[in-house]
Amino acid sequence: MSILRIIAAGATAAALAGSAFAAGGGAHPHGPAEGFPFESPLGKFEKDSVQRGYQVYKEVCASCHGMKLLSYRNLGEKGGPFYDPEYPNANDNPLVKALAAENEILDPVPNEFGEYDFRPARPSDPFRSPYANDAMAATANGGAIPPDLSVITKARHGGANYLYSLMTGYPSQEAISYETSPEGEFLTVIDPSLVRSSGIYAEGAGGHGDVGRLIQPLGQYYNPYMPGDTTAQYEGDPRHPPKGGFLAMPPQLTDGRVTYLDGTEATVSQMAYDVAQFLAWAGEPKQQNRKSLGLATIAYLVFFALLLWFSYKRIWRKVEH
Amino acid sequence: MSGHESTYKPASGFTRWLDDRLPIVRLAHDSFVDFPTPKNLNYWYTFGGILAVCLAIQIITGVVLAMHYTPTVDEGFASVERIMRDVPYGWLLRYVHANGASFFFLAVYIHMFRGLYYGSYKAPREVLWLLGCIIFFLMIATAFLGYMLPWGQMSYHGANVITGLIGALPIIGEPIQTWLMGGPSIGNATLQRFFSLHYLLPFMIAGVVILHIWALHVPGNNNPTGVEVKEVKKDTVPFHPYYTVKDGFAIVVFLIVFAIFVFYMPTVLGHADNYIEANPLVTPAHIVPEWYLLPFYAILRAITFDIGPIDAKLLGVIAMFASIAVLFMVPWLDTSKVKSMRYRPVAKQFFFGFVACSLLLGWCGAVNPDDPVIPLGEDKLLVSYTDANGFVATAEFDAYEEAVAEVESLPADSGASISVQKAPAFRFVHLAQILTVYYFAYFLVILPLLGLREKPKNEPESIHKSVLGGHKSSDAALAPAE
Repeated sequence: MSILRIIAAGATAAALAGSAFAAGGGAHPHGPAEGFPFESPLGKFEKDSVQRGYQVYKEVCASCHGMKLLSYRNLGEKGGPFYDPEYPNANDNPLVKALAAENEILDPVPNEFGEYDFRPARPSDPFRSPYANDAMAATANGGAIPPDLSVITKARHGGANYLYSLMTGYPSQEAISYETSPEGEFLTVIDPSLVRSSGIYAEGAGGHGDVGRLIQPLGQYYNPYMPGDTTAQYEGDPRHPPKGGFLAMPPQLTDGRVTYLDGTEATVSQMAYDVAQFLAWAGEPKQQNRKSLGLATIAYLVFFALLLWFSYKRIWRKVEH
Repeated sequence: MSGHESTYKPASGFTRWLDDRLPIVRLAHDSFVDFPTPKNLNYWYTFGGILAVCLAIQIITGVVLAMHYTPTVDEGFASVERIMRDVPYGWLLRYVHANGASFFFLAVYIHMFRGLYYGSYKAPREVLWLLGCIIFFLMIATAFLGYMLPWGQMSYHGANVITGLIGALPIIGEPIQTWLMGGPSIGNATLQRFFSLHYLLPFMIAGVVILHIWALHVPGNNNPTGVEVKEVKKDTVPFHPYYTVKDGFAIVVFLIVFAIFVFYMPTVLGHADNYIEANPLVTPAHIVPEWYLLPFYAILRAITFDIGPIDAKLLGVIAMFASIAVLFMVPWLDTSKVKSMRYRPVAKQFFFGFVACSLLLGWCGAVNPDDPVIPLGEDKLLVSYTDANGFVATAEFDAYEEAVAEVESLPADSGASISVQKAPAFRFVHLAQILTVYYFAYFLVILPLLGLREKPKNEPESIHKSVLGGHKSSDAALAPAE
């Protein structure tokens, strides 16, 4: 019987581990070397980094990606990057007002003549959408609609680590060569053995594939962390196509792409770190409340369980059972 | 037990007056205070109380969530996120409700395995077991309907798969499918009726739970020995305070584990794709149900062959429904006179095999059925080309360089190409097929035959005798020869 019990226990572990198998496609994402501060059970967001991340979003991502579930007021609410205890109502916060006013939106309420005007956004307005509708977004991006980023860290396996890997993971120039095919087509060829993440952490890491040629489709960009299938584009052993896939977004972050207001050096990995942290906050602004309430709740339950345990021992002390 | 005499004595004038008109306090007193309960119930028996708490949590959080949720395809997804962001403690309500479903199923599975192990379905408790099976079936339906409501990618495509299955039934399938979806495809009408039914079914569950408790209180609890209560004084203790405190302790421990998930890993049991708004035009790479339905999903996908005129898809649907239906027949399939598997050394082995089988089926449901469990050999490269006589020829290679050399040596008009020849392997679909056979064999072959052939160990004379000297020694005396 004990053997079967062990098998049953092993099967439990295997079944639980099995859920990990369901994921797949891209290379396993890895975060920054020290990890993100908010990942641990008691970890908090780094306010400065979330503020810088908002700047990266505003100056880089927002030209294509909307965040329709967020409003400007969220930035100044408790736990938000621009929260100021002097203004418990974020709509009164002058900094939030100013941040909102940097964006011009189409007023959802018609004016006295029944027409819709453009006006600077107010804290109560949702984040400005870069496109009026999906068709316009697709047309502007070669048919691919840039995903909304409101809950992107919850919508991807690996969360913030995945975003960090993706933003820093595009092949560097040494892996890319250009040639013209016999038919006269212009080809972008990637050598998977030379693909390394441009982030600080992965510099020492090895390549993501064998020696071979990966032909990048026109208007698409290879990234080893993007879930997908590269077999059709790979000239090499078809049993081992390089991990990853193609996406319509070209590499966005280059050193100094933004000039941080707080003087932090804007390296690729710094920007990726900041924007990933900003998006992790945006995906779940109440994360810190959740963790602190959890601590109190569990402490209470453990105390309650102890009380019940001793009551149980006392009540049953005379009963043989 | 219904046979025991009521010990309720109304203390005040009002309760005496009420007791003559509606003896509801007497009912509660006899059911939950002075109810004689076997004194040897172990912690596996606390899951009934835990399940009652789960149902209450789901109904309370669900009712409040329904105040804020908008069941339309345009606003469903955003309204769930609005609950998480703008409703005070909305994130807590929603995470408790979503993880509560998982914990509800975790508890119900333990409760069911406990019933199977201790023979709690046998006379005189068949109706009790049947009502439990109905509750389980309603729970599956409720969970499936509820998973649709966040209107994410898995919600939409999962619902598409399941309603499609019902459409596979002959003749009645399509009309039922259309009726379920409220139209030719999944859309706003589907979401609204799913929401309505998701709100209705938990109250039906609550109704059946009342019957379940009633059916429990007529014969009284089973117990780990499977021997019925003989002398109430010696064999039982009153439910309160003995079991209120023991169940209470177990419930709080269960809640601690639950809280760890709700507060520190609230999304780990879900699927990332469900945070992408539903899009009928984009199908996720892997459509998988929530973890608690994976074993049934594995049985569905294990049937990959036709039998006579019935095609594989329909057979899969039949097998999946049969895997739940067979639970209803368990009281009449098990022929053993002995209830508890403590005294059935052979049946016990098969039981733990069944537990392992169920868990492994869950694993099979989570992965791609074509993935190898045990690879038998290496993948090879296959060069196919047209030879000089115009026939299609192939050549096999291990090394990529050799295959390339072969292609280059062939004339340009031979149309040579390299493809992958998958190595034979023992795949998850094969594992799932074996496990499915075991799943059904356990109920349909092993339980009926074993009961007739197995020689059980001696049961104790009474509950009272079995607990004398502590259950350690009684277990030791019963240690099976291995």
